[in-house]
Amino acid sequence: MSYFSDIYHGIRTLLTGMGVTGKYFLHSRKGAITQQYPDNRDTLKMFERFRGEVVMPHDENNEHSCTGCQKCEIACPNGSIEIIWDRQVDPETGKKKKLIDKHIYHLGMCTQCGLCIDACPSDAIKWAQNFENAVYDRSQLTRVLNRPGSKVRAGVEE
Amino acid sequence: METDTINNSFKSEEYFINMGPQHPATHGVLRLLLTIDGEIIKKVEPDLGYIHRSIEKMCERDSYQQIVHLTDRMDYLSSHINNEAVCLAVENALEIEVPERVKVIRTIIDELTRISSHTLWWGVMGMDVGALTSYFYGFRDRELINDIFEETCGARLTMNYNIPGGLMQDIHPNFVKRVKEFIAHFKTKLPEYDKLLTGNIIFQKRTKGVGVLSKEDAIAFGASGPVARGSGYSCDVRKYHPYSALDKITFNEALHTEGDSYARYLVRIQEMWESISIIEQLIDNIPEGDFKVATKAVIKLPKGEYYQKVETARGELGVYIISTGGKNPHRMKFRSPGLSNLSLLNHITVGGKIGDLVATMATIDIVVPDIDR
Repeated sequence: MSYFSDIYHGIRTLLTGMGVTGKYFLHSRKGAITQQYPDNRDTLKMFERFRGEVVMPHDENNEHSCTGCQKCEIACPNGSIEIIWDRQVDPETGKKKKLIDKHIYHLGMCTQCGLCIDACPSDAIKWAQNFENAVYDRSQLTRVLNRPGSKVRAGVEE
Repeated sequence: METDTINNSFKSEEYFINMGPQHPATHGVLRLLLTIDGEIIKKVEPDLGYIHRSIEKMCERDSYQQIVHLTDRMDYLSSHINNEAVCLAVENALEIEVPERVKVIRTIIDELTRISSHTLWWGVMGMDVGALTSYFYGFRDRELINDIFEETCGARLTMNYNIPGGLMQDIHPNFVKRVKEFIAHFKTKLPEYDKLLTGNIIFQKRTKGVGVLSKEDAIAFGASGPVARGSGYSCDVRKYHPYSALDKITFNEALHTEGDSYARYLVRIQEMWESISIIEQLIDNIPEGDFKVATKAVIKLPKGEYYQKVETARGELGVYIISTGGKNPHRMKFRSPGLSNLSLLNHITVGGKIGDLVATMATIDIVVPDIDR
């Protein structure tokens, strides 16, 4: 007897489930969250807090606000940031001042934890929303964040 | 003589078979050594270590702020709750009282994480017993939670939103609106889950009476979370040792006494309803205030031992820190829910069929990086 009731309940519950799927089949565009990714690249906008990669913004005078304090380097859990710095004599005051030579960022090692940006006292580095980071060679993932010939913006102190 | 020959020619023989390490039904790189006789399971031996990254050792190298992001990579489906466990342990050791706002936001995101983990589990559970539709429906609803996380925390899975002393950033202005939208959306979807899978007679036949775990065994094996609560063992850390804002809200602990796969399934479905109710109690009155209290740049814990436990989506996660007063922990130990839940797999599947093993493993809901660490 339970054999037949099983068949009956099996078909009944199957139809209940198919009622749900059938509803979505008929209204397939309603509530669809799928994005047509490579085709919508022009209109795709990531959230402003999205952690893609670390960048150092430069203004129109090719100036950044990194003082070379190395707080990001210390905060980084796995050594993704390396700062090569030097002391140079400031021509105005005559004092020696710490200046960055290269701010090297290893994107291939970065875990996107955000501790460096949290640690930066002068907001010199920030997140970029670019997520298409695939490259053909691993060495391309090592980036120098400060542009050639750039210097620290006047008035930014450690 | 003649009957002996016939018996011998039909004699069954035990043999070994490897399930995994890359078998899709094992939810990650877990290798199971099965001793089977025909289709009957004689023994299940989990073989671990394929995704061991020595997180506990790495913690001894890192500062207390840096440890937090490593816990994302343990149980990646409840990463925010893992982060919170470390932060609470450090805050308790430093005797910092975080603002009410931080507590409420942490609890809301905890419960969103739990829903997100359970919807993924629900989809995968359906797929393990042969229903592909549930997989897409589960991921569809999880996507909305991921969007909330991405907007507020900046990442979808490994969020690293907690820091010792509070949160990394304040919540996004859209956070409250989006959470309310999600709750309204998800309340209409959960009954559909019931229609698709819970009430389905084929699903019930696959799970009812399969992988039965008694309450005594659940306690003996150290099970926690939905696995233990499916056996009637009331062990919700949120209820017995409330942390963050959980002491101010009322919720029911999902409890079933049958102990089979179906009971564990029902516990998780009920937990999603409870999580919705927790979020609804908190979302309208997030207190104003700071999103973090200032800590020293180099955190040094006083000499001693500290333990903090939280309820992740899979069970009780314990964080144990031994500090000698330095800026790194002397020893860090995580009590992960997955390991003790996996340890009872042999006990409850022996004597069953291979197909039931997959269904039982789905209801144990293991995340292998959590087990291996």
